[in-house]
Amino acid sequence: MSNVNHTRILRLALVAIPILFVLLAFLQRDIDAAAGPLQNQNPELMIQSGKMLKKMSLGYDSLLADIYWTRTVQYFGFRVGKPGETFPLLAPLLDITTTLDPQLIIAYRFGTIFLSEPDPAGAGRADLAVDLVKKGIAANPDYWRLYQDLGFLYSIRLKDYPKAAEAYLEGSKNPKAQIFMKVLAAAVALKGDDLETSRAIWGEVYNSTQDELIRRRAVQHLQAIQANLDLKRLNEVSEAYAQKFGHFPATIQDLQRAGFVRGAPKDPEGYPYVIGPAGVPQLDPQSPVVLDPDKKQAVKP
Amino acid sequence: MSSIPGIVAVNTFREAVRDRVLYNLIFFALLMIAAAVLVGGISIGIERDVIVNLGLTAISLFGIIMAIFIGVGLVYKEIEKRTLYSLLAKPVQRWQFLVGKFGGLLLTLVVNTLLMTVGLAIALFYVAHKFESSDATILIAIYFVLLELALITALALFFSCFSSPMLSTLYTLGIYVAGVFAPDIRDIGLFTDNPAIKTVAKCIYYVLPNFHNFNIIAAAAHKEAIPHALIWQNTAYAILYSTVALLAASAVFSGRDLK
Amino acid sequence: MGTPAIEIEGLTKDYAVGFWRKKMRRSLDHLSLQVNQGEAFGFLGPNGAGKTTTLKLLMGLIFPTSGSARIQGRSIADIGMHRQIGYMPEQPYFYDYLTARELLDYFARVFGFNRAEREARIQKFLDRVGLTASSDVQLRKFSKGMLQRVGIAQAILHDPQVVFLDEPMSGLDPIGRREVRDIILELKNQGKTIFFSTHILSDAEMLCDRVSVLVGGRLQGVGAPRDIVSMDVQGMEILFEAGAAMSLPAEITGKATHTGDRYRIEVPEADLYVALEKLKNSQARILSVAPLRPSLEDYFLKLVARQKAAAPAPETVSTGVAS
Repeated sequence: MSNVNHTRILRLALVAIPILFVLLAFLQRDIDAAAGPLQNQNPELMIQSGKMLKKMSLGYDSLLADIYWTRTVQYFGFRVGKPGETFPLLAPLLDITTTLDPQLIIAYRFGTIFLSEPDPAGAGRADLAVDLVKKGIAANPDYWRLYQDLGFLYSIRLKDYPKAAEAYLEGSKNPKAQIFMKVLAAAVALKGDDLETSRAIWGEVYNSTQDELIRRRAVQHLQAIQANLDLKRLNEVSEAYAQKFGHFPATIQDLQRAGFVRGAPKDPEGYPYVIGPAGVPQLDPQSPVVLDPDKKQAVKP
Repeated sequence: MSSIPGIVAVNTFREAVRDRVLYNLIFFALLMIAAAVLVGGISIGIERDVIVNLGLTAISLFGIIMAIFIGVGLVYKEIEKRTLYSLLAKPVQRWQFLVGKFGGLLLTLVVNTLLMTVGLAIALFYVAHKFESSDATILIAIYFVLLELALITALALFFSCFSSPMLSTLYTLGIYVAGVFAPDIRDIGLFTDNPAIKTVAKCIYYVLPNFHNFNIIAAAAHKEAIPHALIWQNTAYAILYSTVALLAASAVFSGRDLK
Repeated sequence: MGTPAIEIEGLTKDYAVGFWRKKMRRSLDHLSLQVNQGEAFGFLGPNGAGKTTTLKLLMGLIFPTSGSARIQGRSIADIGMHRQIGYMPEQPYFYDYLTARELLDYFARVFGFNRAEREARIQKFLDRVGLTASSDVQLRKFSKGMLQRVGIAQAILHDPQVVFLDEPMSGLDPIGRREVRDIILELKNQGKTIFFSTHILSDAEMLCDRVSVLVGGRLQGVGAPRDIVSMDVQGMEILFEAGAAMSLPAEITGKATHTGDRYRIEVPEADLYVALEKLKNSQARILSVAPLRPSLEDYFLKLVARQKAAAPAPETVSTGVAS
């Protein structure tokens, strides 16, 4: 090969280019750190209108929808748990995503849960969630689960039991709908703010999706309801004990010895319940179960 | 100007200046800025935002168009037209020629961008009647656009060394778009538990030229402060990546038989 | 004699052809050649013989499959060596948005001449090639002949020791050709080595100290023009004039060619006086009698014919020829 100049430069390139790429990777990491806060100001929302974006996407709207969906999840994940966070852009992002692809069901279901969760676990805007779900129903009238979501929002979040029952009923008319829709319609109409009803609703939410984030949240709520039910029962037992012995029990063992409970009752995470001051049963302080997941406190998603 | 890349660069610049296509592009860019003033007048209260947004977008867009369309022909044209023969028979290394072409187009782009910046400044002044210190973000945004253009030019030049203008345009555009959406490509790794896919997505992210780094148009419109570190980092990024492209171009071109 | 100006050893160039780039076509086959200082060397051959390929290899525009070459003792891979050479490509094409002056200035800068030096040289060489009047016209408006002249000017403006010209006369009218010839002679008088390729043999015969003939990528012969063709007289040529009324002997008219009243006939040397006697008796007017010597052209044509008949084109070199 008599092209020495070529060989020389080729060798230089083969050595230098990988080194440069390594340098570039480190530099990129630094840039991501520095520009992180800047990036999450969301330059993509320069265009706030989903309809405009849809027109501009030249037919690639479902691809763009996927991109926006990715960014929605990123947006949420990056901020969740930060105190005082209200996710102002969550609703617009979901709106854009579902305008670009009205059949992107997961977006509606995600919005149902996390738009309505009170901050800092979510945006605390159940009304926006209702709008979103109604939009989803309009575009996907056959997807009965959206009625389930609507029912969830009205009953759990907005405490509007007549509307909730209506939603569950409407959804149950779909021949593909599961029987629990009818059951919940009735239950909500009868005793909407009942814990048992809530548990049924959250249970169906858990069953209806594979999304990890939604399921985790549902589990938290289910555990809370279970714990609340357990504590309510323990309270009744404690009252009965007080009636019999004239004073409240000091420990769970007291209740055991008196034959009021069998074994050591445990909370959904496996921690045994304890008796607190004034004989009030409570959770073990070490337990990760949260009694009121809707309370404003730092939440671990 | 005794350096050969410098000599080639000046000549390349001269060619661009004498090419009338360029003037059409500048004209349209300035037109866009003028339109921004009109549009801004309709949306009361956010005229400045609209002008900055549209104006910067125009500068960026037309710069990119110029960089690609001239860049992909930089080497190809000289080979096709054989103007290169007499040059390379002189004491000129092939890499010196490449760096010169790069520099010449970059110089052209800088001059054009400067002209359009003046246009933007005039439009802004007309609407806001004064300049504020927060307008510095606009200048930084424009500087970032120039960094972006340098990188695009280097890539277009690389492709110009071995493929036709049409294909080179496709490749360069493709890489540009991929570079803009690079974070989304990386985030594909979020939706999977497969470590292989996660790693591949990450690798792609670090290998692609990350053009999203340079886009601070929204921040400029909202008068946000840019961290100073970012300016040095982006400059370094553009220099390093352009060097990669130019090295690769030299390696390819120095082995190539001219027709 | 010193270092030869040009030394070529076994220079070979294969091209991959065909859709899959599998077949190799050998466009230059182990060329070996030496040109001495101050020689005017004619590199002859028909179109497609590989002349331009050779020049492009020497200039570093394309790269050899095997073999090597040195110019002024330095390898052709040594770009610095280009300072001492000038090159005029076949059908030169230059940046058409520049004027002649600007183009020469561009190239002159590449050599590192300062401003005064540049201006002096540009003026001198524009005058030398007769382009003074058009020096500020854009090259896109130049005719082929004018471009050819610019081509020569840019090849010699830095005073190179060795000048390479690829078909310098092509496309020129007779005046242009004469001017180029004069320039070449002038360069020769300055002691420069000139290597030029052409298929116009008369120019080669007149200008060159030595010539080589390349056919089908292979060197067929090297030597002084007169050495290549034999000195053997091959016959005599008689030119004569004969009116229609005159009666010419049949054996003469049979073998003669004529235009109007002018006739030409070739006869073996031994039969010369017999033929002349016959013509004198017919009262034809003898115009000239001259010996026939094969020209470079005959030699050339014979070579080409022999090449075509004997060997097939150097196409089917086996694949996988190492680079």
